[in-house]
Amino acid sequence: MHELSLCQGLLRQVEAIAAEHDQSRVRRITLRIGPLAGVEPQLLQQAFEIARNGSSAAEAQLQIDSAPLCIHCPGCHADHPAELPRLSCPHCGSEQTTLISGDELLLVSVSFFEE
Amino acid sequence: MCDTCGCNVTDGNRHLAEQRNAKGESAVTVLQGLLSENDRIAAHNREHLSRHGIVAINLMSSPGSGKTALLERTIDELAGRWRIAVIEGDLETENDAERIRAKGVEAVQITTGTACHLDAHLIHDALHRLDLSQLDLLFIENVGNLVCPASFDLGQHSNVTLLSVTEGDDKPAKYPVIFRAADAVILSKCDLLPHIEEFSPERARHAVQQLAIAPPIIQLSAKTGEGFDNWLDWLEGQMTQHRPAPGQFRALTASSSALIR
Repeated sequence: MHELSLCQGLLRQVEAIAAEHDQSRVRRITLRIGPLAGVEPQLLQQAFEIARNGSSAAEAQLQIDSAPLCIHCPGCHADHPAELPRLSCPHCGSEQTTLISGDELLLVSVSFFEE
Repeated sequence: MCDTCGCNVTDGNRHLAEQRNAKGESAVTVLQGLLSENDRIAAHNREHLSRHGIVAINLMSSPGSGKTALLERTIDELAGRWRIAVIEGDLETENDAERIRAKGVEAVQITTGTACHLDAHLIHDALHRLDLSQLDLLFIENVGNLVCPASFDLGQHSNVTLLSVTEGDDKPAKYPVIFRAADAVILSKCDLLPHIEEFSPERARHAVQQLAIAPPIIQLSAKTGEGFDNWLDWLEGQMTQHRPAPGQFRALTASSSALIR
């Protein structure tokens, strides 16, 4: 539901980057989003197609890479992949784990059409 | 983000930064949070509040889980202890703000229209409607919603997520993002527990503990006052932890104060 306001923020960031690099036509915007970012990639994609109109990203593709869900278990001294809703250790069951990947909400790169 | 030097390229994302581009394409690596603009304003809100010695607590939950009732009793219990104000977020109406004002406490209502969450800009504007020199403790009652509010830093010092016993005890598993954001989880309306056999506080606790976080879980009833001392103790702890020592903010730079006009 908040994907449209996220997109508007994203486009402001992208416009600033385009201006900084003296570019006017954005070709691709790459994001990295984890399952714990609180953002639905499909909704973000749809919102982007609305929000990009009239901006320098009007022709841009939005590429969303997903970040894996990973935890560190201090008991096993190891990192493990995890699956929601369980972020406890899949090996030893410890609940003292910490999240090491999966909450990313990152603008990775912006590319431009070469004029 | 790299914790040591502040640079954004880490071993985990280096491959993203160094990927090759297609022909006719020139790329700029950014590696910046998608909410960086909101986060920047939130950081300034937090600094502004801290400079006034104010601790801000953001309350999040689904609609109807008892955020306003929690605040009403908290205001009564803390009368004379701390000077309190409340920022109320709702899609429409001033109803919640009026309930707070009836307790003799200043309340600023933000009506978001169709927006499903508060953001740092809205809080920034609301702060201008309060006399911060007269406050110690600011509660922000977020829009009732278990999804969107979790993504937006407001400049609060702590988050509290409420789960009422009339909801499912598996809510933390269904909405992990908002429960992971919590510095404390409140199981509210626990006076109703004898009538709701489907809700197990133990299962709710377990669902929270499965999320690789360990917030205190406070079971209370704003109606009967059961468990309320634990909540007040937690609040006192937040006041001690987050109130700056006198003079700590004296050395603020002009540029950081300039934004919050």
